[in-house]
Amino acid sequence: MGLFILRRLGVMLLTAFCLTFIVFWLTNLAPNLEKLAKTQGNARMSDEAVVSWLENRGYSQALPVKYGQWLGVLPGYVIEGGDGELRARCAGPGVEVADASKFCGILQGDWGYSTVFKDEVGSIVGTRLGLTGKLMFWVMVVMVPGALIIGVLAGMREGSRTDRTLSTVSIVSTATPEYVSGVVFISVFATATFGMQWFKGTATSAMDDATFENFFLPVITIALYGMGYIARMTRASMTEVMTAQYIRTARLKGVSFPKIVLKHALRNALIAPFTVIMLQFPWLLNGVVIVETLFNYKGFGWVLVQAAGNNDIELLLGVSIVSVFVVLITQLISDIGYVFLNPRIRIS
Amino acid sequence: MEALTWTGSLGTILNPVLMVLVALLTVAVVAQIVLGFFAAPMTLQSNPDGTLQARGGALGKAESGVKYLFLATLVVFVAYLVVPQVMPYGSAGIIGEMTKRFLPVWVSLIALFTVSIIYKRKLGLYGKLFDSTVGMIGFGLVMFWGFTALYVGVFDMIITHDYLSQVSGLKNKTPGVPVPEGTEGLIPHYLLGGDNLARDIFSRMVTGSVFVIAIAPLATIFAFMVGITLGLPAGFYGGKLDTVLSFVANLILAFPVILLFYLLVTPEIVLTGIPSYMAAFLFVFPLIFFGVLLNSRYYTQPAKRTAILVPVLGILGWLYLSVINQKGTVIDFLPAWLDLFDISILVVFVSVVFVNAPTVFRIVRGLTLDLRTRDYVAAAQTRGEGAWYIMLWEILPNARGPLIVDFCLRIGYTTILLGTLGFFGLGLSSESPDWGSTINEGRKLLLIYAHPALPPAVALLSLVLGLNLLADGLREESLKD
Repeated sequence: MGLFILRRLGVMLLTAFCLTFIVFWLTNLAPNLEKLAKTQGNARMSDEAVVSWLENRGYSQALPVKYGQWLGVLPGYVIEGGDGELRARCAGPGVEVADASKFCGILQGDWGYSTVFKDEVGSIVGTRLGLTGKLMFWVMVVMVPGALIIGVLAGMREGSRTDRTLSTVSIVSTATPEYVSGVVFISVFATATFGMQWFKGTATSAMDDATFENFFLPVITIALYGMGYIARMTRASMTEVMTAQYIRTARLKGVSFPKIVLKHALRNALIAPFTVIMLQFPWLLNGVVIVETLFNYKGFGWVLVQAAGNNDIELLLGVSIVSVFVVLITQLISDIGYVFLNPRIRIS
Repeated sequence: MEALTWTGSLGTILNPVLMVLVALLTVAVVAQIVLGFFAAPMTLQSNPDGTLQARGGALGKAESGVKYLFLATLVVFVAYLVVPQVMPYGSAGIIGEMTKRFLPVWVSLIALFTVSIIYKRKLGLYGKLFDSTVGMIGFGLVMFWGFTALYVGVFDMIITHDYLSQVSGLKNKTPGVPVPEGTEGLIPHYLLGGDNLARDIFSRMVTGSVFVIAIAPLATIFAFMVGITLGLPAGFYGGKLDTVLSFVANLILAFPVILLFYLLVTPEIVLTGIPSYMAAFLFVFPLIFFGVLLNSRYYTQPAKRTAILVPVLGILGWLYLSVINQKGTVIDFLPAWLDLFDISILVVFVSVVFVNAPTVFRIVRGLTLDLRTRDYVAAAQTRGEGAWYIMLWEILPNARGPLIVDFCLRIGYTTILLGTLGFFGLGLSSESPDWGSTINEGRKLLLIYAHPALPPAVALLSLVLGLNLLADGLREESLKD
């Protein structure tokens, strides 16, 4: 078990390393840097001015060198620019070049400086993750019990009308991407078109003070898309368990149907959905980006869109590290959790 | 010209009927579900004439009530579609005019379903689809948009106005608004109203279907070619090849899709030529696939093999070169007379294929791992067949069931991805009538005007739903074997 976790951790680090390098490479391509120079400096810069702007700020170094500096394994650059000013990577606002430390990268805990928000990447990512965490928490609270109940109810009597109705409901919900359900919900429940103006169409106020009125629509929009998938997996696992020998034995002993479902079937049927729920996290990240854009909730997904749209290299790298680690850690947890939950694997 | 109402004079008769029926149906369905929890399991008993006894009691009544009420509601819905065809213009309201516009689609659908149901026993898996209600509904929805795209894209039939022309005074006007004199297209109304730039929403919605129907299946096919060509050897040989390919696939899958799109689908990246190189790499897989497929089958008969292989590879190679050769990008070497077409949205196409291929790879690899231990593989090995023959002619046909089902689901997923790209305004011009972009346009003023965003949203939902139901029906029917 220990060796298994170690190996997974190793693969995880390698994956994170490769992915950040790809993001670094793509954001540091020449046209992207030129766009960065023009948005940060002056939109009408001449080509020479762009080159010297980039040189002065260390963007013209070789790609592996830049990546090493960002990672914190190579010393940060100190460049005397063509305009006579001395700039150092580690000298942010308020830090003199002379006092700057030699290394400043991810390994030293320095995530860099965002060119769009004019703030430390670490603190931006931290606060925005907190906001998104709040959203995700409520999504999970709505989605997981809802999906499990639908799945168990549908799966306990395969082929019954309840099963067919609930299966259709879950297919409909998996077929509705967030930007469709979000738009439909807003126009039905937040505008006067249908006379049911029950909720707010934006969640901006929910960042400080989340109420049922302003937070329900974004939560249900994300929850609905994931719910159908988990419910179908739960149903499949439940129908499989219900045909098992020990359920038949329990029936023949004369145990009542509700007791069979609750005591004998449920625990075994919930092993597979656990993995699925953990693997849903990366998908939820997608939904979060769409919903936060749609409802103007300034969380992690919103920052991703802002950073990517403005080629804010260090913020984008910070965002991708966090999201890649979320993906990889949930994969790891789902693997380990599966082993722990499943007695057949645990005991052997 | 007066504005159209939703259902016109037809609605004065049908609307009350429909409302009563829907209310009764809801009550019956709820009653049936609630009663269903307490019902004793049914034991089947037959009547003297051999038929089965119906369930008695309150639940039995609720069940038969649901059945008849559902049929009655269905009849009313069909009436909404059929009656307007014989009514004069404008008297059947917006819905009536829309069903009239879709007349060629209805005719084609009825023809297709009649022919398919008559010959369903001779049509293999496709014919079996018509045994499952869910599958038929799904297939109907998919073919509805398929035919719509065909008639709009090829014959210019269903649209009422030009999808780009703006008519002053119709900005954000509600559905059924009459257009000013002299600007009528085929009909003097905007059926679903005007959007933020005073363009006809109905025409934009149906034109948007052409984009989706043309791109989504094609991109999915390419993703399958890549996934199959790499997944089969990975699963069959295992070892280092498998480790490396799986690592790369997992690497791509660990990327959040939206981040990948934001990194790949920007004008700056197009300038560097990365999408062109990716296209050159990804689109070579169909060539490899068909080359190996035919070669492994006919290599014992060199004359026949050459006769088949040369024309197939020649045509595919030509198509390949015309697809990757784009004016003004890094790959631009073909003379113009050899270049068949220019795809303006190559970057969208490439990134959608790129995102889908790793998942297909994982599915094919998993299926191959399972199937390579079968007896027919051992038999083929004993006969001395080559590895690629076994993979492509023994394992692949036996993996077709799950692959066909996944293919349908994946077209739906690709549609969602294309919508996501449009939603974030990536890679497509803001003029583009595709559903994602129109939803994005509509959502900006959503709290004031809800009507521009809803039609494309509902259209996208119905197509993806149709594909999901179709996949479900296919899965059910293929499991029956």
